[in-house]
Amino acid sequence: MSENIAVVTDASFDTDVKQSSVPVLVDYWAEWCGPCKMIAPVLEEVASDYAGRLKIAKLNVDENPGTPPKFGIRGIPTLMLFKDGEVAATKVGALSKAQLSDFLDQHLA
Amino acid sequence: MSDVQHHRLIILGSGPAGYTAAVYAARANLNPVVITGMQAGGQLTTTTDVDNWPGDVEGLQGPALMERMQKHAERFDTQIVFDHINTVKLDARPFELIGDSATYTCDALIIATGASARYLGLNSEEAFMGKGVSACATCDGFFYRGQKVAVIGGGNTALEEALYLSNIAEHVTMVHRRGEFRGEKILQDKVREKAETGNITVEWHHELDEVVGDDMGVNGIRIRDNRSDDIKQVDVTGCFIAIGHTPNTDIFKGQLDMEGGYIKVRSGLDGNATATSIPGVFAAGDVMDHVYRQAVTSAGTGCMAALDAERYLDHLAATEATKETEDAPA
Repeated sequence: MSENIAVVTDASFDTDVKQSSVPVLVDYWAEWCGPCKMIAPVLEEVASDYAGRLKIAKLNVDENPGTPPKFGIRGIPTLMLFKDGEVAATKVGALSKAQLSDFLDQHLA
Repeated sequence: MSDVQHHRLIILGSGPAGYTAAVYAARANLNPVVITGMQAGGQLTTTTDVDNWPGDVEGLQGPALMERMQKHAERFDTQIVFDHINTVKLDARPFELIGDSATYTCDALIIATGASARYLGLNSEEAFMGKGVSACATCDGFFYRGQKVAVIGGGNTALEEALYLSNIAEHVTMVHRRGEFRGEKILQDKVREKAETGNITVEWHHELDEVVGDDMGVNGIRIRDNRSDDIKQVDVTGCFIAIGHTPNTDIFKGQLDMEGGYIKVRSGLDGNATATSIPGVFAAGDVMDHVYRQAVTSAGTGCMAALDAERYLDHLAATEATKETEDAPA
């Protein structure tokens, strides 16, 4: 995994996501989720394209059962964009790099 | 974006059709390139048990099968590119494919882009996507442990999803518009057994009318009896849509002959069966088949497409060689 992608946990979520000074895109995922694996390379590429402007954080829902219910997560992959500690936008399901870039450009502007 | 890569043969799609085409094409020294598309590995990556893949006596997991197919293609030096093609130009030679990361050209193209889960198109269905509405039980079943869920549909996918969910959820309601299932008999029997003794209820002759819920997500579905038009509500927190598939052919519209969204192939007894309406473009798997749609039939047509493409490229090379001889000054 690239250095531009962080791993967050239930314990580190407040510090890493909610108190982050740059926007954070949280990827809720699990090992057994096919579509989650598909978007992994897309996230890698987007992480380097947006380096410095956006932090990408992966949260394993299997190992961190505390956080997903707080945000009403009922399906994965879910990508949730946090700005200033608040949820700014959510995208559910697998998507292409072009679709993800469009989504980010729309909400990061 | 500016780099253009030329290859003799490009295979679009990475399901059983795409990877099988790659294995055969690579062994014919065609140096194929597989462009995976968004869902690398295809539909089998969102399934669980595959019990009808010949030779795997005890069955195996869909994602594992696709990993093995990928490795098999890679063993013969197939280049696998993770990209998603948004535009194709098939009216000029070489064919041009424009993706998220690069532009590609090729002399022959095998289309194995498969099909994606279909939705009913209800506004409420879209509004609750990811908040209780799902098309992938193996992805999202996890969130419904001990809860009540519904599965819409009566084919193989619906039966498999209902069986999978019945092991996780407290109760599964199947909603099917007909009076009998269409899926494999062995799956029908398993569902029937669970309906008699376990935690599955089947609502025959019912259709999903509306998904209901609030800010927290889905809390029920409204279903309509298609004989009496009576409507009733079922309390569920999850609604899994398994009503069939739509072929992934949008980027080929207006360029290739199609029928009902599926790419038309030549078929028949004279070979070149996977040829489309444009010479040099072949199609395999669910993108040209709405009837059989099995992993093994997709693999079969993938193999056929590779053999057809090989013949086409051989012929092309021979024609060009003749032309060069003719063009050469005496």
